[in-house]
Amino acid sequence: MSLSRQDVEKIAHLARLQITEEQIPGFAAQLSNILAFVEQMNSARTAGVEPMAHPFDTPTRMRDDVVTEINEREVMQSIAPAVEAGLYLVPKVIE
Amino acid sequence: MSKFHTMTAAHVAAGLRKREFSSLEVTRSFLDRIASLDGHLNSFITVTPESALAAAKAADARIAGGEAVTALTGVPYAHKDIFCTKGVRTSCGSRMLENFIAPYDATVTRRFQDAGMVMLGKTNMDEFAMGSSNETSCFGPVRNPWDLQRVPGGSSGGSAAAVAARIAPFATGTDTGGSIRQPAALCGITGIKPTYGAVSRFGMIAFASSLDQGGPMAVTAEDAALVLNVMAGSDPRDSTSVERDKEDYTRVLGDPLRGLRVGMPKEFFGSDGLDPKVGDAVHAAAAELVRLGASLVEVSLPNSELSIPAYYVVAPAECSSNLSRFDGVRFGYRCKDPKDLMDLFCRSRGEGFGAEVKRRIMIGTYALSAGYYDAYYLQALKVRRLIRNDFDAAFTRCDVILGPTSPTTAFRIGEKTDDPVTMYLSDIYTIAVNLAGLPGMSIPCGFADGLPIGLQIIGRHFDEARMLNVAHQYQQATDWHARLPAQFA
Repeated sequence: MSLSRQDVEKIAHLARLQITEEQIPGFAAQLSNILAFVEQMNSARTAGVEPMAHPFDTPTRMRDDVVTEINEREVMQSIAPAVEAGLYLVPKVIE
Repeated sequence: MSKFHTMTAAHVAAGLRKREFSSLEVTRSFLDRIASLDGHLNSFITVTPESALAAAKAADARIAGGEAVTALTGVPYAHKDIFCTKGVRTSCGSRMLENFIAPYDATVTRRFQDAGMVMLGKTNMDEFAMGSSNETSCFGPVRNPWDLQRVPGGSSGGSAAAVAARIAPFATGTDTGGSIRQPAALCGITGIKPTYGAVSRFGMIAFASSLDQGGPMAVTAEDAALVLNVMAGSDPRDSTSVERDKEDYTRVLGDPLRGLRVGMPKEFFGSDGLDPKVGDAVHAAAAELVRLGASLVEVSLPNSELSIPAYYVVAPAECSSNLSRFDGVRFGYRCKDPKDLMDLFCRSRGEGFGAEVKRRIMIGTYALSAGYYDAYYLQALKVRRLIRNDFDAAFTRCDVILGPTSPTTAFRIGEKTDDPVTMYLSDIYTIAVNLAGLPGMSIPCGFADGLPIGLQIIGRHFDEARMLNVAHQYQQATDWHARLPAQFA
């Protein structure tokens, strides 16, 4: 799989990553190399093989449905880039 | 007593319990070594002398009072900067978290505190644990104590270098594709990646959640077992931590190896990339195990060469999902003067992440995007099952599997930074273990041209105690693990 300039721009947008014009050719070449390498796995015979998403085929453990967390809004917001009146600030969304 | 750095953690702990010296003396001695020697290595991102001295005093009081003294009370350690530490910067080696003060402790951090252990500081690492050389850290590369022009391996490179130079008695690491074992090999120390689910991942900054696992990096297998006793255990805050009875990982360290069946995968020794000196050292280690009573069995892991391709779909896919939380809104880096919300997201992430993290996020985003999911992600998960089946079959014929940890010894700083795929190949022997969720460890087994060689031991699920037994018996018969780099002796 060889990625074009447009492919890289689209992927970067989907990933919400700003990359500069000058960086695009480098990323296109490196990502294409990685994908070409990854495609070696197409040689594996996987017909009928159950995908393995997790090291153990066991269901996720459930816990009792009880409140275990306390409200720590001030602590959590003390490390935020911009807050006001208990709210996270972002640039204006609606004009 | 200023030779604490030549002692194992077990010896330090025994001396503390017998009150031959205090935790304050030991802690001061290691803080002094960090201050005088880490300028050569760059293995620490943050050193925490004040809290370390306070913790040491508390440990001394605890030992004096005879209350709740654990096996490692008062012993100092270095903590990989991926584990959250309340009130202490937790950077993950990234500009994104360069000023992030964790608001809570990781479960592993808490367990060490509860055991009365003393944190010296936080160690350097590849950014978000993505790298095999510690060169992707925004705090600069770590240098290998055996040759300062070479890498320590990664991603737990700071932890490995700190232990190898004995500026910390032991350290923590995390291993997603080899990030404990490969730096342990390249720095000549003992490191263990436990079975997936053995150690809580709560508060351990996530890279690839189905693969990540924390573990100890130490001088000896005995020390690693003692540390694992503190680290491991189920945690209600991590639903993937496995509920099991508490076990003592030191319980069979002293057992003889008579009757042990050691599997030698033929695929691990035939590949072109294996340095013959590394191969020879691993064969010599296997011969030593035979002298100790073990027998060798040839086994096959036919799909092992597909492990890196499958990993570079699974890990980036999970990373692209996990790292979506860094948005410049709630914590971490935020770009200056965003013109709108999209600009805030894209520039905060574009400026906050380094090149390797961006590559992996983009590979993962691509592999999970509409139209490509089946070809990449689903195929990778099927290959993952084949890899696990290979191990299951091999373990019907042997008790542990032996091989090299890394195909080469430590490479030069800058040697592989231009070619991501070449860098990825340095994890050829370690990645399959993560995909299968198995425990694996690396111990020193020789030197080539003055650089340490790592021996990998792979065990069945939750068979860490047996692996540590093999490693300990080998270390009783050899002294590779006891050697110090001349500059740090």
